[in-house]
Amino acid sequence: MPVMNVRQAINETLHQEMERDENVIVLGEDVSGGAGTPSGEREAIGGIWGTTGGLLPKFGEKRVIDTPITESAIIGAAAGASLVGKRAVAELMFADFIGVCMDQLFNQIAKFRYMFGGKAKCPVVVRLIYGAGMNSAAQHSQALYNMLTAVPGLKVVTPTNAADAKGLLTTAIRDDDPVMFFEHKALYTKKCEVPEGEYLVPFGEAQLLRQGDDVSVVAIGRMAYFAEKAVDALAEQGIGCDLIEPRTLSPLDEDSIIDSVEKTGRLVVVDESPPRCSIASDLAGIVAGKAFSSLKAPIEMVTAPHTPIPFARELERAYLPGPDKISAAISKAAGYR
Amino acid sequence: MEKQDLLRVYRSMKTIREFEERLHLEIQTGEIAGFTHLYSGQEASAVGVCDALSKDDYIVSTHRGHGHCIAKGCDVKGMMLEIYGRAGGLCKGKGGSMHIADFDVGMMGANAIVGGGPPLAVGAAIAAGIDGNGNVAVAFGGDGSSNQGTVFEAMNLAVVLKAPALFVFENNGYGEHTGDEYAVGAESIQARSAAFGMLSLAADGNDFFDVYEKTAQALEHARAGRGPVSLELQTQRYFGHFEGDPQKYRAAGEVEKARQEDDCLLRFRARVTGDGSLTEAELDAVDAEVLALIDEAVAEARQAPAPTPDDVLTDVYVSY
Repeated sequence: MPVMNVRQAINETLHQEMERDENVIVLGEDVSGGAGTPSGEREAIGGIWGTTGGLLPKFGEKRVIDTPITESAIIGAAAGASLVGKRAVAELMFADFIGVCMDQLFNQIAKFRYMFGGKAKCPVVVRLIYGAGMNSAAQHSQALYNMLTAVPGLKVVTPTNAADAKGLLTTAIRDDDPVMFFEHKALYTKKCEVPEGEYLVPFGEAQLLRQGDDVSVVAIGRMAYFAEKAVDALAEQGIGCDLIEPRTLSPLDEDSIIDSVEKTGRLVVVDESPPRCSIASDLAGIVAGKAFSSLKAPIEMVTAPHTPIPFARELERAYLPGPDKISAAISKAAGYR
Repeated sequence: MEKQDLLRVYRSMKTIREFEERLHLEIQTGEIAGFTHLYSGQEASAVGVCDALSKDDYIVSTHRGHGHCIAKGCDVKGMMLEIYGRAGGLCKGKGGSMHIADFDVGMMGANAIVGGGPPLAVGAAIAAGIDGNGNVAVAFGGDGSSNQGTVFEAMNLAVVLKAPALFVFENNGYGEHTGDEYAVGAESIQARSAAFGMLSLAADGNDFFDVYEKTAQALEHARAGRGPVSLELQTQRYFGHFEGDPQKYRAAGEVEKARQEDDCLLRFRARVTGDGSLTEAELDAVDAEVLALIDEAVAEARQAPAPTPDDVLTDVYVSY
């Protein structure tokens, strides 16, 4: 199997799906770049994250649409095109920009199917580039998947590796519902083996990254890598953990999490977002409600603090959950009597 | 226009009028839940635009959408069922007055977020451009929506991509309870639209023929690939922003005067009988048909079964 990084996997998937289905279109800011510039270089960048390169030369300007900086219109146009037969893949260069186009996300595309009595189908994919760790400060770093997971009608996907990025994006593009596809900017260079050709990963199936009997750890997105480090270190000290990475937040693989907690009786949830109304608090609530009698210790949440994201290296390091904090939380849960 | 076309146009306008006038009465019985925004007075705008469209063209509508729905060909009885919140409504009782859609006739949905629709229309127009099928997408809005940022974004994107979109601004003088003279900062919506770099037209929104002709001009432009068009229509609404609106913003006698002197149905009737195209008797016959249809629609909606609690959980996703 070829080895590639997340960026390459997403690019390959876009190429494959645009080849497979002529109704797939891509739009966003600088997905190609270069329009209206003096150099004459039409593909000036191929997406600032390098994920949409090569699409314009191959598929043309009708299907690979460079937009102005106009998030409401990008998401609205993607939705409108998808309502009438296209499968639009819109890129939000930074997930933080959902603030500009929130109406189109949560009042429009999330509600068409229900509000119109099952008549509408809006198979749009919104790719949202998210996450802290690159000193991008308060407006270019947030992990806002919790806000969209809270909205009925949207599906929310958080791939963590190149194979899943390909498999989940393929599923997302072919899915008939709107999918919010969160790509962590600090994971773009992560490499792994990626199946060749057509490859789909179903929604709602978590992956079990480590197995153990003492503590269940659920970690979202990039936090799964930090949790792996913590879990591996603790294994050497005799504390065994199930490490679960949900892959999709909506639909959520509740069964895998509940089953694990019923085995271990202890749960640590790790989330890059601030704690209130987060995926961490949501998972804690679900487990407290559905596996209460199995719990032997209070549920531990490892999250960012309830602050905006700071800029300076030292501050951002202090802000983000890391292996040490995760390790301390696991030890605390494991040691509770 | 041929006689049969004129009769179709009149029937459509009259159906909207009677649908709305009847709702105004039925709402007072307490049988209809929620917010309702009536379209009476603006019929020539919806019908003037939609009669120039083909079935395959798209429209997106607003919270004041009943007129657009009827003009685009939505089933009147299905609409009434929806407004009564019945299981057999066009949207199974899940949408109500503000969210009627019928994709089979190109009606992409009434949108109760002011300014929510135009970006969607641009998307449908982009799709039409990709497919090269000559379809146009129309975004209906009012003077109120003309001030929303989403509308500006949609207009600019349509110009940039030369999307075959038509932005129709029905200026009825009031965005909710505030006058357009206050809220629209530009000289006119037409002038502001022109600044976006698109063909920008205006018509008397109470004159079906003027609306129809300007729409036809706009469609020719858009279908030829020359980009989007804006059309500002001066019109009036006979009822409040919503049913129950105390309408303290109205001048004394304003609505009565409009109903007597500038009513689109009376003007249509005067013109087509005046030039001998249709007779009073022919138009009266349409009136009787329409009243019977509305009577039936209300009677059926009153008796129709409500959705069941199980229906709450369906139609959130295509696949779960």
